[in-house]
Amino acid sequence: MPEEFKPGCQRPKGGPVGGDTAAADSAEQTIQKEVKRPMIKVGQKAPDFSAPAYLKGKFVEVKLSEYLGKWVILCFYPGDFTFV
Amino acid sequence: MSVDSIYVHKMWNDHELSKMVDGGVPFPMLSDGGGMVGTAYGVYDADSGVNTRGRFIIDPDGIIQGFEVLTPSVGRNVAESLRQVQAFQLVREKKGTEATPSGWKPGKMTLKPAPDLVGNVWKEWKTSMAFDD
Repeated sequence: MPEEFKPGCQRPKGGPVGGDTAAADSAEQTIQKEVKRPMIKVGQKAPDFSAPAYLKGKFVEVKLSEYLGKWVILCFYPGDFTFV
Repeated sequence: MSVDSIYVHKMWNDHELSKMVDGGVPFPMLSDGGGMVGTAYGVYDADSGVNTRGRFIIDPDGIIQGFEVLTPSVGRNVAESLRQVQAFQLVREKKGTEATPSGWKPGKMTLKPAPDLVGNVWKEWKTSMAFDD
């Protein structure tokens, strides 16, 4: 499902897709958005995003909404090569 | 998902994680450079520039059913995450006619919410059921 891509010298970027968080044109807008950002709540839609990923020897682009119809566990962690 | 690049993910998988797990990590190792996705999920810590240990269970409709966030030094209980997914799957399959009480695991009894159960849960569910056998 995730699409493979060839990496270049520029680091591939991802981020939220659609909604309020789509693009920040100015620092001022960004600050306003930070303030207005609603708390994540259970029972609400998970914010969609697109992100580059490493998967079994390949670099791929992953979009959360491509996993509709499946159960997803999304895990965040502080950093690679750390201890826990 | 962490703020590390996909190149660091590759190095970590190929040089360390693949020594713990045969064949390496079987799921996508996502990169969140800049922490924009972590920010959308409320787990990005701008002071340290990393995502904290957040875990979200998302159902087939894209709805968040549960989440847990820990500070960096304490690791997750993977078995508990899987147990929660199994519980959410059961509730979804039964369309809300059954609920999983505290301590529920696959095979253990569920509760069927109805007017006669009000005030009578004590007859069905014992505190010992809250703990692993």
